[in-house]
Amino acid sequence: MSKLADPIAATAAGPVRREKLARALFRFRQSRLSLLGAAIVALVLFFALLGSVLAPYPDDVRGSVSTAARFLAPSAAHPFGTNEVGQDVLSLTMAGTTVSVLAGFGVVIIGSLLGTLVGAVAGFAGGLVDEALMRFTDLVLTIPSLILAMAIAAALGPGFENMVLAISLSWWPGYARLVRGEVLAAREEVYVTAARAIGASPARVLFRHILPNCLSPIIVKMSLDMGFAILTVAGLGFIGIGVRPPTPEWGTLLSTARSYMPDYWWTAMAPGMAMFLAVFGFNLLGDGLRDVLDPRGRR
Amino acid sequence: MVEPILEIQGVRKTYPARRSLFGRSAAVDALKGVSLAVTPGESFGLVGESGSGKTTLTRSILRLEAPTAGRILFKGEDMARLGPKALRTLRARIQIVFQDPYASLNPRMTVEEIVSEPMLVHRDILRLDRAGRRDRAAELLALVGLSTQHLARNPHEFSGGQRQRIGIARALAAGPELLLLDEPTSALDVSVQAQVLNLLIDLQDRLGLTYLFISHDLAVVRYLCDRVALIHSGVLVEEGPTREIFDAPQSDYARMLLGAAPKVRVPPATPSG
Repeated sequence: MSKLADPIAATAAGPVRREKLARALFRFRQSRLSLLGAAIVALVLFFALLGSVLAPYPDDVRGSVSTAARFLAPSAAHPFGTNEVGQDVLSLTMAGTTVSVLAGFGVVIIGSLLGTLVGAVAGFAGGLVDEALMRFTDLVLTIPSLILAMAIAAALGPGFENMVLAISLSWWPGYARLVRGEVLAAREEVYVTAARAIGASPARVLFRHILPNCLSPIIVKMSLDMGFAILTVAGLGFIGIGVRPPTPEWGTLLSTARSYMPDYWWTAMAPGMAMFLAVFGFNLLGDGLRDVLDPRGRR
Repeated sequence: MVEPILEIQGVRKTYPARRSLFGRSAAVDALKGVSLAVTPGESFGLVGESGSGKTTLTRSILRLEAPTAGRILFKGEDMARLGPKALRTLRARIQIVFQDPYASLNPRMTVEEIVSEPMLVHRDILRLDRAGRRDRAAELLALVGLSTQHLARNPHEFSGGQRQRIGIARALAAGPELLLLDEPTSALDVSVQAQVLNLLIDLQDRLGLTYLFISHDLAVVRYLCDRVALIHSGVLVEEGPTREIFDAPQSDYARMLLGAAPKVRVPPATPSG
C-alpha cells in the first residue's frame, strides 16, 4: 500500500478544497438570475462600505442644511433632487445603505444563531426539553413581531445596537421551528444511525451529521429574511424608533419624504428604489446559494 | 468448542403500548427470547421475513437499543454493563453495513471524511494523525476496489454498488472484528450484488472477519454463510449448518420459506460451505 500513500501525501488539503470551490462556482455561474442577485448584493455591500465616502455631497450626509436649494427637482447636479432642507437625496441614500445593511445582517445572524440553537436542541433532545423550548417559542410567536420590536426598542432606548437586538429577539422563533422540524427529520436518517454505531458523541452527531444537512433551508430563509430584515429596520425608522437623525437611514428618509409625497416625489424615490433593489438582490442571491449548497437540489 | 465472539442469550424486546389522540396501539413483542452464538471467523446467516425482528436484533447488538430482557455478550463481556467509555471502545470492534447505500452515507461529507470518521472518533485507540488517517482512507478504498481519486468526491457522485463499497470501507476503518451485514446487497442490481458478495468473501479471507449476515435472500445466504438461523416473529425457528438447513429443513417454517423462494439455479458446490 505504500505506493498508494505517496500521491495522497502530495494532495494536501488545499487542492481538494480548491476543487470543491471551483465546482461550487461553476454551479453558481450556470444561473443568470443568481449572478444578477450576486451583482446587486455586491453593489449594495459596496455602498454599505463606501457610501458615505463616495457621496457627491458629503456635507449633506453629516447634516448640513441649505434652505436655498430645497426641493430641487432631479438634475445633473442632483440626480435624485434635494429634500426639504436642501440636502442631496442621492448622497443621503448612498450613506444610508450602511445602517440598513448592517442592521439587516445583524438581525439575520443573531436571529438565525439563536433560533438554530433553540430548534436544534429541542429537536435533538426531544421529550420535556423539546416541549418546554417549543412552547416558549410559540409564546414569542404569538406576539406581533413589529410590536414586540417596538416594545423592546422603547424599553432599551433608541440606538443602532438596541434596534438590532430588538428585531432579533422577535426574529428567532421562525428559525427555531424550521430547524426543529429539519432536525427531527434528519435524526432518523440512516447515516445518523451509522454515526451513532461508529461511536460518535451526541455533539458530533448533531453538529457534524444532523445540522449540516439542515443548512440549506436555513441559508435560504436567511437570504429571504435579509430582505425582510432590511424592510423591518426601515419600518422601525419610518415610525421613528431606531437610528436618530442626522444619521441617514432609508426608513427615516421615506418617512420624512411621505409628507411631501405627490408634489416632491423624488425625495421618496431614491430610498424606495434602494430598498427594493437590496431586497430583490438578496432574494435572488439566496436562491443561487441554495443551488450551490445543496448538490441534490439542483436541476 | 471455541469461545463465541458474539453470544445472544434469551434476548427479548418489547415496544411498550403507545397512547395517542387516535387511541391505543398494542405493545409489540419484537423479540421473544432469542439465543444464538456466533463463533470467530464464521459467516452466520440470520434469515427472516420483514417484521420478524431482524432489524431489532441488529439494533440491540449495536446497543442502539437496550433489550427488555436477556444478555448480549461480546467475547464474554456483557454489553449492558459497559460504561460509556468501554461502550465506545466496543463500537470500534463491532461495525455494521447498512441495507440502503443511498441513505447510509452523509450527503454533505466527502468520501474521505466518511471513511476517516471512525478513525477520528476512535483516535485514542487507533492513534492515527491527519496524514495517517488519510493514508488509511486511501488504503481502505483500494481494499474495497475504489481508487484514491474518489476521496474528494461526494456520495451522490457514485452508483449504488460503489456507495456500498464506501459503506464497507467505513465499517472496516476502525478495524472491527465483527461485521453486521444488514441485507447489504438487497438494494443493488443483481450483477452488482455478486461483485459486492465476492468482495465480502474476499475481505473475510484477508482480514479474518466474523460476519453476522442478515438477509431474506436465501440464495445469497446459501452462497455466503457457514451457519444459518431462521427467525420468525421474534422467535428462532431453526438453526444449523447452511447445508443441513437447505437440504433437510426440520421445521415447517423452514420448509415453507425454502418452498416460497423462487427457483434459482445455484452452483452445485458452494465455495464457503
